[in-house]
Amino acid sequence: MFTNLFLNAIVAGVLLGGFYAAVSVGVTIAFGMLDIANIAAPAFILLGSYVAYIVNSNFGVDPIAIGVVATPLFFLLGMAVYRLYYFAFERRGEQAIQGLAFFFGLLYVGEVSLTLIFGVDYRFVTAPYIGPSFHIGSIEVPWRMLVPCVFSLIMVGLVQLYLSRSFIGRAILAVSQDPGALQLMAASPTRIKQIAFGISIATCSVAGAFLIVIQQVEPSIGRDYIGRIFAICVLGGMTSMPGMLLAAVLLGVVENLTSTFYGPSWSPAVAFGLLLVTLAVRPSGLLGRQ
Amino acid sequence: MADALLDVNGLGKRFGGFVALDGIDLTVAKGERLGLIGPNGSGKSTLVNCLCGTLQNETGAVVFKGKPLDGLIAHERTRLGLARSFQLPKPFHSLSLADNIRIPLLYTVNARHGHHLSDAAIAERCEELLSHVNLADKARHRPRDLTQVEMRKLELARAVATQPTLLFADEAMAGLSHSEIEEILALLMRLNDEGITIVLIEHIMSAVMSFSTRLVVLVAGHKIADALPQEAIRNPEVEKAYLGE
Amino acid sequence: MRNGVFWAILVATGLVFVVVSRLTIANEYFYYAGYVVLEYIVLATAWNILGGYTGYTNFGTGAFFAAGAYSSVVLFKLPALLLATFHWKIPAIPVPVMIAVGGVVAGLLGLGTGYLTLRLRGVFFAIATLALSIVLQTLIVNWGFVGGSRGTYVIRPPAAPLGGGYIQYLFTLMVLLAVIAVGIARSIERSRLGLGFHAIRDDELAAEATGVPTLRLKLISTTISGALMGMAGAPLPYFVTYLTPTASFDLAYAVNSVAMPVIGGMTSWIGPLIGAILLGTIQQLGTVGFFLDLKLDPTFNLLIVGLLLILFVIIAPNGIVGLVRSWMGRRET
Repeated sequence: MFTNLFLNAIVAGVLLGGFYAAVSVGVTIAFGMLDIANIAAPAFILLGSYVAYIVNSNFGVDPIAIGVVATPLFFLLGMAVYRLYYFAFERRGEQAIQGLAFFFGLLYVGEVSLTLIFGVDYRFVTAPYIGPSFHIGSIEVPWRMLVPCVFSLIMVGLVQLYLSRSFIGRAILAVSQDPGALQLMAASPTRIKQIAFGISIATCSVAGAFLIVIQQVEPSIGRDYIGRIFAICVLGGMTSMPGMLLAAVLLGVVENLTSTFYGPSWSPAVAFGLLLVTLAVRPSGLLGRQ
Repeated sequence: MADALLDVNGLGKRFGGFVALDGIDLTVAKGERLGLIGPNGSGKSTLVNCLCGTLQNETGAVVFKGKPLDGLIAHERTRLGLARSFQLPKPFHSLSLADNIRIPLLYTVNARHGHHLSDAAIAERCEELLSHVNLADKARHRPRDLTQVEMRKLELARAVATQPTLLFADEAMAGLSHSEIEEILALLMRLNDEGITIVLIEHIMSAVMSFSTRLVVLVAGHKIADALPQEAIRNPEVEKAYLGE
Repeated sequence: MRNGVFWAILVATGLVFVVVSRLTIANEYFYYAGYVVLEYIVLATAWNILGGYTGYTNFGTGAFFAAGAYSSVVLFKLPALLLATFHWKIPAIPVPVMIAVGGVVAGLLGLGTGYLTLRLRGVFFAIATLALSIVLQTLIVNWGFVGGSRGTYVIRPPAAPLGGGYIQYLFTLMVLLAVIAVGIARSIERSRLGLGFHAIRDDELAAEATGVPTLRLKLISTTISGALMGMAGAPLPYFVTYLTPTASFDLAYAVNSVAMPVIGGMTSWIGPLIGAILLGTIQQLGTVGFFLDLKLDPTFNLLIVGLLLILFVIIAPNGIVGLVRSWMGRRET
């Protein structure tokens, strides 16, 4: 009986972790590579969720498909936000505090706006894979967890491929290590960063769709995700995609085990607690940066 | 050397897989003017950072005035008498020039045993230090109003305010005009006359050659020469490093 | 102006304000609204000591504030607990004592958080403070003794010290706290400590190299800031009489305590004061329909605060104080 519970919790945790990777890949690019602490990421993800909700509830289109189709819009949004950020802060070399306050403001305004428009009721989407599960022995695998997990891994894989193979992708990696060298190659670091940030926000569109498939959403759940995202980013070593994936799965499993055996009211603390401990003990993450 | 001011033994520093400094041995005697040169990326600034406590070296022992520096962090080393100026000047940009000088007076000089400058004495000292670098008339201004060379002078003045025994001047002359270089050199000479041991890290060969009593050459994290300036530059390895094969 | 003189004027102003209010204003609402605005003066001033002066952003004001509020709840329930468990009879603990204890608890919390994270870059400290809020909230929600998620009732004593209504008493205490907070902020600003804080904010590496013990000063800053926030939270249970974790960890505290100093101006003790009075009053008036008779939803209020924060951070990073200074042709600090 215990083993059954334990195994189910682990499997669900791994699937959850796969989803968490989708949620964190944007911040890994923004914070890990561009050194922009985008604490407003949950707001963009929730935006993705609500976009999926609106189109799905009115036109019945599959939520993940909506998420994918909406990525160009989110990409443009991301570029616009970076433009503003650059104009206001990076260009002037302002102290970090104002950049942080800016994103904090965005996070907050995002949550409040969604509350004012949609209210605090939980919203959900419908799709054929939300609801049914299949069984492997005594382990139950809900489709609504498996599908986002699989697509999430695909998305993270595509991002990694892009970063390591395409010209712009490699320029992004270069800019994260040495913006000066890039200028010497006559590529503009600002343009590259703009594209990178655009990509980071574009991933939020899809991540948001995954989110509302996995669980019902309401505006304030974004706050729980800040801790998860940054815990995963830091634990994963900031720039490493494989590291991030590992950290995401680890978090998913630990969180789910805690939830199963100690009750769900403890799970928000897991991510944040893990983050605090990581920052105190091993800030370079699991797979190390140095 | 038994009575060396600074004794560095086998200092090593890596960044991940990259070895920035490989077993550096170095001594600095009191009153010396040591020149430290080497191509870009040879580890000069890394060495200064390790000695001053900004970075932590993995291997090696450093002894200053007979005291091992192991485990001491930057501000503790400064209080012992080890000061440095930064390659890219790092002034406190929201404070006036006078306040920039006041910080080391309050936090280094006043933190030492037996010293305690009153507020009046501090104000006097600030003016004195600023006039030594010809910046007394800009005492109330902010660093953003300064020219390049004035920033460098402020940087040095701030380091001198800590009443150091040993001063690392890290590329204080980069990008300056000929007369400005002369100005900084004269300043450093005067400081040396007043008893401060100086390590000059520089690229500008003419300045280094005229200033140094001894020359140390660093290439790719190794010390390849340590001799009188004229001898050091004739060392074939040094020639190779600077002029190619 | 010498510091001693300033304190004298500050205390006198506070005294006059309290005495005149209590003698002339009978409208209960004034004291309720006033309490909230004064609370924000303390929170904004406290935030600014770590934020504006030292350069470290704290997004977890809720954690320190709630630490104060909940330590008061524990002290409130302590006499009953001791009586039931050990048959010890102790008197009810007066609010000023709770304030002091709240300050100590929150101060220690600040010290602890700082110790864990201040050796890293500022952005990690900021993220850690976000984390702290949620962790603490989760702990409180799961702690039955203080009521858990259902909250707890706190009964006001029948009579208020100094006579008059109880809400006026809490109002008076909050004026005292505001005076203390502003006085401390200005004293720090003018002192060797404050100069050290500013050096850390401007260039931490250079500060360390010129002899400033940066870690120690950062810990001092975090402790003072946290302690003041805890003191502001300590009377809260008596103010609301029914305290829930959601109310005490309300994101409104976090956003307002960042927005008020940013909008008012982070470089001086005046900034948070202006920001708190301005934004606090506007929000209070908005909730009662002062503007165009629209009873503004508190949520809508906060949207405006958030938008103003973003606006000021982009356009006027030195806040109202900065705008006034450049308007008057003087250089910004």
